[in-house]
Amino acid sequence: MSASGKNGTASRRAFLRGALAAGGAVAGAGAARAAGDPAITQIQPWMQELGDGVDVAPYGQPSEHESHVIRRTVEWLTADPVSSINFTPLHELDGIITPNGLCFERHHGGAAHVDPAEHRLMINGLVDTQLVFTMEDLMRFPRENHVYFLECAANSGMEWRGAQLNGCQFTHGMIHNVMYTGVPLRLLLNEAGVKTEGKWILPEGADASGMTRSIPMEKALDDCLVAFKMNGEALRVEQGYPLRLVVPGWEGNMWIKWLRRIEVGDEPWHHREETSKYTDLFADGRARRFTWEMDAKSVITSPSPQAPITHGPGPLVIKGLAWSGRGTIPRVDVTIDGGKTWQQARMSGPSLDKSMHAFYLDINWDGRPLYLQSRAHDSTGYVQPTKEALREIRGVNSIYHNNGIQTWYVNEQGVAENVEVS
Amino acid sequence: TAPDAKLGLGREALAEEVAAWDIDVRPDGTGLPDGSGDVLTGEELFVENCAVCHGDFGEGVGRWPVLTGGFDSLTNDRPVKTTGSYWPYLSTVYDYINRAMPFGNAQSLQPDDVYAITAYLLYMNDQVDDDFTLSKENFLEVEMPNANGFYMDDRAETEYPVFTGAPCMENCKDAVEITMHAAVLDVTPEETAAAAAEAAGE
Repeated sequence: MSASGKNGTASRRAFLRGALAAGGAVAGAGAARAAGDPAITQIQPWMQELGDGVDVAPYGQPSEHESHVIRRTVEWLTADPVSSINFTPLHELDGIITPNGLCFERHHGGAAHVDPAEHRLMINGLVDTQLVFTMEDLMRFPRENHVYFLECAANSGMEWRGAQLNGCQFTHGMIHNVMYTGVPLRLLLNEAGVKTEGKWILPEGADASGMTRSIPMEKALDDCLVAFKMNGEALRVEQGYPLRLVVPGWEGNMWIKWLRRIEVGDEPWHHREETSKYTDLFADGRARRFTWEMDAKSVITSPSPQAPITHGPGPLVIKGLAWSGRGTIPRVDVTIDGGKTWQQARMSGPSLDKSMHAFYLDINWDGRPLYLQSRAHDSTGYVQPTKEALREIRGVNSIYHNNGIQTWYVNEQGVAENVEVS
Repeated sequence: TAPDAKLGLGREALAEEVAAWDIDVRPDGTGLPDGSGDVLTGEELFVENCAVCHGDFGEGVGRWPVLTGGFDSLTNDRPVKTTGSYWPYLSTVYDYINRAMPFGNAQSLQPDDVYAITAYLLYMNDQVDDDFTLSKENFLEVEMPNANGFYMDDRAETEYPVFTGAPCMENCKDAVEITMHAAVLDVTPEETAAAAAEAAGE
């Protein structure tokens, strides 16, 4: 840590010098303008002084100018910060890969610090041979790489009754999208030998919440992974180090972190997280259960309430993200007038199954108010509904699975706000 | 496709290892340990271990979960979903208390303790009398009020057909009016998240 401390002092000094130079430029702005841009005509400290040595940051951090790009929480959403949630700063990110340190967190018993040498994965229940694996064992299975989004079932859940939180980080940030490296769950189950009556699995976490969910065998054998890497490096502690379950396209709660056991059974378990929680109450008092898949969804990440337009009229990049638990996103429509007229956005970057997709619409902003919305189409033909269309079916108390179309109102000054429109 | 070949990795789990970790309980009673506990014992244990967060009667302290009451509220504008009003299976109550409670001291209760606390929750939800004893033997006789309140995800039938097809692209509506502003509610955390939450009446 002494190295980073030294770096901190050095860069603070450089920053102060930079601030002084900038202050001087502001004081004589008119003259400076006539004499040229001081960012060009004056020698900046980083042009003159030596930068950091390669031994300064063995594990690098973002520029100090990006210190606002962080996970944020909303204290009033939960009773305590241990069984709670924070949010990915989608408005500041681009492309489809979420940096590991910015991936939102959702814990039920806090982020467990597990010693990988003491970590075990047990497979028990309706199998030919009940097995125990060490991490070393798991590293010897054939592995695969896949990019998938993980979206909390409650993402946008605070918005069921109307516009509430002002920023896509808060309304849509319970999501991340990373490349996982792991062992297909099918191979681990095969090693134990699933009996014919084994129709469900119960993955269980090693943390104090002992998180469990029932997953049908068909999904377990299809595309689930037991992952140990994200974006090339070991899972972060808060993402389940050293082992997590990856359940592509399905609600984040099922992606059991700190995975320590998988039981095979003939019936679902109906545990707390699939009865009390992660069931969707309708207006008639009955509730859907086992609402596993995440429907097609999108959001414009800029402009948005945390990312206003600061450059005035003229060329404007509208950027956003879209995803579907049922496939890819071949198309996103964008409206700038609240849904009177729509145009197809430009998709950019890889189109991967059950992964985020990036879209852009490049417009010439005339300075008049914008009513921005995006509408995702997925590869099965499903078109993202409006919030009102969802409420007509589900009411306002289902908490989870809100994939309704988001509206941002952008005024003449470029300030954006979370609104609902007729 | 051909079945994957076994690699011979891992080792057989010992019976005592499976027993140590396999604590889950199902609605059909599978996984319930031997034991029993009565309402009055449950009350003592609840006051000692649970009431600091959940209240003496399961009513919830501050923002901690309400465990009791809320009957016939599921169609209300603001439903109160508790073990009594919402949870379909008693097995879930046993399993969850046993695996994850008390919050911060999980898996510290013995089977008899969990039976007793579960019995006390049933009593507080007016489902049993105060002399009731819950045991492995009579566990399945308890029926939860909302046991039939759930049905399998039916989006494929009720939503997917509604939300497919070519959407409107032009002249889709005449007027657009703002019907709700997040800024009016103003509960988004900035520098003063706590103050904002207070202002929102939380």
